[in-house]
Amino acid sequence: MYVAVKGGEAAISNAHRLLADRRRGDRSLPAIGIEQIVAQLGLAVDRVMAEASLYDRALAALAIRQSRGDMIEAIFILRAYRTTLPRFGYSKPVETGAMLIERRVSATYKDLPGGQLLGPTFDYTHRLLDPSLLGDETVEAGLEREEPGEAVMRVSDILADEGLVEDDGSLPDGHVAGDITREPLEFPMARDLRLQALARGDEGFLLALGYSTQRGYARTHPFVGEVRIGEVEVELDMPELGFSVSLGRVQVTECQMIAQFKGSAKNPPQFTRGYGLVFGQSERKAMAMSLVDRALRAEEFGEDIVAPAQDEEFVISHSDNVQATGFVEHLKLPHYVDFQAELDLVRRMRREYEAAQNIDLPEAAE
Amino acid sequence: MSLDTLAFAGGFQKPVFEAQAVFRTLMDCMARPGTIGRVAATVTPPAPLKATAGAVALTLCDHDTSVWLTPVLAKSALPGWLAFNAGATVTEERQDARFAFVEKGAMLPNLCLFAQGTQEYPDRSTTLVVEIEAFEGGRPLVLTGPGIRTEEEIAPIGLPDMFPHFWSENRQGFPRGVDLILVAGDGILCLPRTTVLRVKSAAGEA
Amino acid sequence: MASLNKSAEVAGKDAGAERQKAMGLLAKASRAELQAAFGALADKPTVQPVRGPETGLVMVRGRIGGGGAPFNLGEATVSRASIRLDDGTVGHGQTLGTDGAKARLAATFDALFQQPARKAEVETLLDAVAARVAKEDAEKARQTAATRVDFFTMVRGED
Repeated sequence: MYVAVKGGEAAISNAHRLLADRRRGDRSLPAIGIEQIVAQLGLAVDRVMAEASLYDRALAALAIRQSRGDMIEAIFILRAYRTTLPRFGYSKPVETGAMLIERRVSATYKDLPGGQLLGPTFDYTHRLLDPSLLGDETVEAGLEREEPGEAVMRVSDILADEGLVEDDGSLPDGHVAGDITREPLEFPMARDLRLQALARGDEGFLLALGYSTQRGYARTHPFVGEVRIGEVEVELDMPELGFSVSLGRVQVTECQMIAQFKGSAKNPPQFTRGYGLVFGQSERKAMAMSLVDRALRAEEFGEDIVAPAQDEEFVISHSDNVQATGFVEHLKLPHYVDFQAELDLVRRMRREYEAAQNIDLPEAAE
Repeated sequence: MSLDTLAFAGGFQKPVFEAQAVFRTLMDCMARPGTIGRVAATVTPPAPLKATAGAVALTLCDHDTSVWLTPVLAKSALPGWLAFNAGATVTEERQDARFAFVEKGAMLPNLCLFAQGTQEYPDRSTTLVVEIEAFEGGRPLVLTGPGIRTEEEIAPIGLPDMFPHFWSENRQGFPRGVDLILVAGDGILCLPRTTVLRVKSAAGEA
Repeated sequence: MASLNKSAEVAGKDAGAERQKAMGLLAKASRAELQAAFGALADKPTVQPVRGPETGLVMVRGRIGGGGAPFNLGEATVSRASIRLDDGTVGHGQTLGTDGAKARLAATFDALFQQPARKAEVETLLDAVAARVAKEDAEKARQTAATRVDFFTMVRGED
């Protein structure tokens, strides 16, 4: 039960002023600029964009600054902002096969068309703190090498040539892509809706679930068919013009996870797939997403649903960190009346308990 | 390729404020069925749709609302105007329509052919915007139900004779059903599905 | 007659494809590039607003598995504007981000692009933007190519 309480205005106002003061911190240091956050904390910006489900680097950087680097708060602010904007339309599906690639690695094939392109990766770094970053030492530009102009073939297409992997993932004819921002969640859910929910899901939650599948809770024996990061064109149909127009490019990370499947009465043994697609550069999230996507397809493949990662309602209902933080954090808001009622109840139960003890005592003494 | 410039003209001058003002009026009228709200519309939709219904269209329709139009409206420049000014697309399927527009003089389509919503989501139904001749001077109808203290009386000209019957049919599946926005001149009058309607009988009202 | 209609249709399609490409490049242009090009116009057009500039969202779609059924990935901010020149030519501009002024400039150039007399001026701008984008893409591609792994087999063990 909630009761309107007045009297906190001055305290709230002062608290917000204090927040602004602490956010700014030591005034002898220059304030951090939005461009600096975009340029130098780019992966934080990408995470906020992905989980706020809104691609806009400048606004995500503003949210990070405003939230003092509290990522979930930043995601919350950006998510709230998007609700103030009108929807112009749905883009044509982005063509990740035609991506301008910045990184592409495959764990399943060593030599493959397009090659293993490491890009700007943390992999193979020693994870030692780098004292050179304490200051502002000159950093050299990336080396360049003649680009061979070889098409970076999709790994799933290589396997598909042999017929050993399932298709990209079709839905029944006439299926219209659902939109969780427009219709309430209903279970069971089609795979398109699950992917939309996972794409904005909390990285930590999906990472833990993905990890749980590796540790035996819904084992699928996965391989990274490929991870690719790069820019894709966003095209919008313009009904007033009768053609589609490019709005520019966005950066995405895509993961094709390949998982074993022993076959069923209906399907021959072949590899199945989990799919991950995330705004920005976010390999961990895309990989975790693809593991969870595959685990959530258990029913489709007639697998036993035995683990949390396979439970659609559990996963999708708890993957959104804005919802989660709202409900967990609301517990700190005034519940004075609730608690008074609980207090009365516990006092009464205690009296009854003690009364019962007093009656029992003489009997026990006998 | 010729662009129909009609489609690009005649939207709200100040989209935010005007759409909010119209929305407020619609909301009040929906909450008080039978009362007439006035819309100071500045929009000029392609003929034959009139300004008030056009203002309602630009207020309520957006990219997520598919719109059904009568054959006459569908052949006019209205689909392009709605696409440009509201982002709304026209559908031929009444069941898919979130809104439907009927110009003055057109036959009122059978209400039960439109989306009725579901038992869980009765809001997933069609709202019909119907232009009529006038709110006064026709056969008196008595309205009762939520939002009406005792009863309201309206006397619209331009609704079919069978309308009270159609409306009682619309109420059979409650909470499923459609809602109506009637438009005449610069006035709007709403009939949500909760409203009960009967023909005023001379004897009964004595 | 039928063939005449057909060739007119093809010409219409070509004009559409040309304009489509132009609008795509205007979306990739920076505001500074558009402002400089507008500043360099000898005869500045009078521009009437038709719609916007306004900022909204486009839901970006992906495909399951990369090539399967579409799904909604997440939204992106988009700014758009539509303008009318004195002779009634309507231009549309739309671009990712929240820069309404850029969208309005893009709309202006889209309108000029449709005027045979002014098209060449717009093409100068488009060529410069296309060249800049191609140069940046090529540089990125070469940097990525430098991180390509060149495998070589050490010594293959005997089974």
